Amino acid sequence: MTKRVWLKLAVVAAAAAVQPAWAADAAKEPLKIGFAYVGPVGDGGWTYAHDNARKAVEKEFGTKVVTTFVEKVPESADAERVFRDLVSQGNKLIFGTTFGYMGPMGKVAPTAKGVMFEHATGYKQSANLRTYDSRTYEGAYMAGVIAGKMTKTNTLGVVGSIPIPEVLRNINSFTLGAQSVNPKITTKVVWVNEWFNPPKETDAAQSLINGGADVLMQNTDSSAVLQTAEKNGKYAFGWDSDMTAYGPKAHLASAVINWGPYYIKATREALDGKWKGGGHSWWGVKEGAIDIVSISDKVPADVKAQVAKVKAGLKDGSLAIWKGPIQAQDGKEILKAGAVADDKFMSGINFYVKGVEGKVPTGK
Amino acid sequence: MDSLALLLAATFNSGTILALAALGLLINERAGVINLGAEGTMLVAAMAGFATANVTGSDVLAFGAGAAVGAVMACALGFLVIWLNANQVAAGLALSLFGTGFSAFVGINFAQAKLPERPHFAVPYLSDIPFVGPALFKQHPMVYLAVLLTIGTAWFLYRSRSGLVLRAIGESPESAHALGYPVRRVRLAAMMVGGALCGLAGAYLSVIYTPLWVEGMVAGKGWIALALTTFATWRPARVLLGAYLFGFVTMLQFHLQGMGVQIPSQFLSMTPYLATILVLLLISRNANFIRVNRPASLGQPFYPGS
Repeated sequence: MTKRVWLKLAVVAAAAAVQPAWAADAAKEPLKIGFAYVGPVGDGGWTYAHDNARKAVEKEFGTKVVTTFVEKVPESADAERVFRDLVSQGNKLIFGTTFGYMGPMGKVAPTAKGVMFEHATGYKQSANLRTYDSRTYEGAYMAGVIAGKMTKTNTLGVVGSIPIPEVLRNINSFTLGAQSVNPKITTKVVWVNEWFNPPKETDAAQSLINGGADVLMQNTDSSAVLQTAEKNGKYAFGWDSDMTAYGPKAHLASAVINWGPYYIKATREALDGKWKGGGHSWWGVKEGAIDIVSISDKVPADVKAQVAKVKAGLKDGSLAIWKGPIQAQDGKEILKAGAVADDKFMSGINFYVKGVEGKVPTGK
Repeated sequence: MDSLALLLAATFNSGTILALAALGLLINERAGVINLGAEGTMLVAAMAGFATANVTGSDVLAFGAGAAVGAVMACALGFLVIWLNANQVAAGLALSLFGTGFSAFVGINFAQAKLPERPHFAVPYLSDIPFVGPALFKQHPMVYLAVLLTIGTAWFLYRSRSGLVLRAIGESPESAHALGYPVRRVRLAAMMVGGALCGLAGAYLSVIYTPLWVEGMVAGKGWIALALTTFATWRPARVLLGAYLFGFVTMLQFHLQGMGVQIPSQFLSMTPYLATILVLLLISRNANFIRVNRPASLGQPFYPGS
C-alpha cells in the first residue's frame, strides 16, 4: 500500500469520526426527555401539575424536544427499572418527580453517562444528577392566612401524607400563616401515610371535621379532602393544582405549584449544552413556581388584600415566613427573635410549631 | 358524646362498602365458587357507576350500572371456571388485574370529572333523637339497604328451598348433580348475584363515599371483603358485623390521631389489618368452627358425569 492510499484512508477515517456529531448537529435531532410520575396524570394534584409543566416544555420548544412519560411508577425497586428503560429509549434528560425516587435515580445515574437526571424534592446529587424543589410551604402559609380569617371554631385540620420534613414544613407554615392573623388558632393533624389514597383521605378529612376542624388543608395528592369538606359544608383548599371545580362551595383558594419555569430552564440548558450536574434549585413565589390562585368570593376583600401583601413580600424577598420568634410545640424557642431560618434549617424540620396538636409520628 | 356519635356514623358508612361486597362474595362462595376478581370488579363498577352518575345525574342509574357491570364480569369469570373448569385462583386473579387496568384505561376521560352536589339524607323524626339520630339515622339509604340485604341473604340461605339447594351445591356438587339440580347454572347465578353486589359496593364508593373517579381508588377493599367471608365463617350476620368492625377500627385510628393520642400513626394505619388477623386467629383456633361452615367444595372444579 502506498503512502497516498494510507493518507486517503486516514482522511476518510477522520471524516467518519467527525461526521456523526456534525451530522446530528445539522439535522437537529430533537432532545428526548423522559418523565417518571408517582401517581396517575389524572390525580388532579401533584402529578397533574408535573404533567402540565411537561406540556409547557413541549409548547416552549416545539419540534426541538420529544417528551414521554411513565405514570404510576411506585417508589420501589420498580422505579429503577423504569429509569433504566427511559435511558435505553434514548432519553437524554430525565425527570423523576417524587422524593422516593432518590435511591433508584442515585443508582441509575452513574451507569448512564451523558444522560442528565433531574430529581424533584430530593437532596442527593452527583455528576449528572441534580435536584430541584418548590417552596410549597409559601403556598401553605398564604392558605393559612385565609384559613385563620375564615375559621369559626379556631380549629384547622390538615390531612398529612408521610411525616417527612417537606410535609411537616407545610403543616407548620400553614399554622404560622393562620396565627399571623389569628393567634388563637390550633391545628389538628391526621396522617394517612400515603400520598394518594382517596378513600383514606376522605376518612381522615371526615374525622378532622368530626373533631371540630372547619377549615381543612391537605398534603396528599387527590381532591378527596376538598370534596369531603364540600359534603360537610366546611372549607378547604386546593393543593398543587387548581381544584376549584371539585368543590366550588368549600374551595377557598388553591396553593399551586408551577413546575413549568424550572422545566423550561432545565431543558434550555440541556439544549444549549450548558446543563451541569450537582446542585439544588429551590424555587418559590419569587421565581413564579408557587402561587395562590382562584381565591373564593367568600373570602372578604381585606383578607384578599392581606394575601396579596404577603405574596408581594415573598416576591421581593422582604417577607420571611420562618422568622423568629418561633416556638416549638412545647413552647421551646427554636428561632430567636429576628433570626431567619436558612435553607438547611428548613430542610431539617422534624417538629411541630406551637399550636399544632398531637405528636410527630417518628415510628420510634 | 357527639364525637362518638359521629365516629359511629362514619363507621357504618365505611363498613357498608365492605359489607355489600363481602355479602356478594359470601353468596358465590356458598355455592362453591371463589371470586378473587372482587377488587377488579369493584374498580370497573366504580368507574361505570361514576361515569353513569356524571352523564345522567341519576344515582339510581349509577348503582344499576355498577351492579350490571359487576354481574357481567362475574359471568365472564363464571364461564371460565364453571364450564371450562379453569383454575379459580388463577382466573380470579387475572380478572382482578384486568379490571384494575381496564378501569384505568376506560376512565381516563372521567378522571377530572365531578358530580353535582346531592341532598343530605336523614330519616324523618328518628334523626332528631339525640346521639342515636346522628349516629344511625343520617346515613345514605344504601347503608340501610346493606342491612336489609344481610337479613335477606340469611333468610334465603337458611330458610328458603333454593337457598338449601345453593348450599347443597357448595357442599357436594356431585350429590346435588345426582339429585338432578343444575349445578352449573346455580353456580353461575350465585356468581352473578355476587358480582352485582361487588359492583354495587364499587358504585357506592365512587358515587357517594368519595364522589370522584381515580384509578385504583378501591385500594384493597376487594381483598379485605374476600378475607371477611372467611373471617365471618360464611355467615351473613357475621359478615355485616365484621365489616362494621373493620370500618370502626379504620375510622377509630383517624379519630385517635385527630384527638392527639400519642400513638405513632404508622401503627394506627396498621390496626385495621391487625384486628382482622387477630380475629381470624381467634376463629381458626377452633378448627371445627371453620370446617362446619366452610363450603366443602369451595374452589374445586366440578365435572358433571365424572
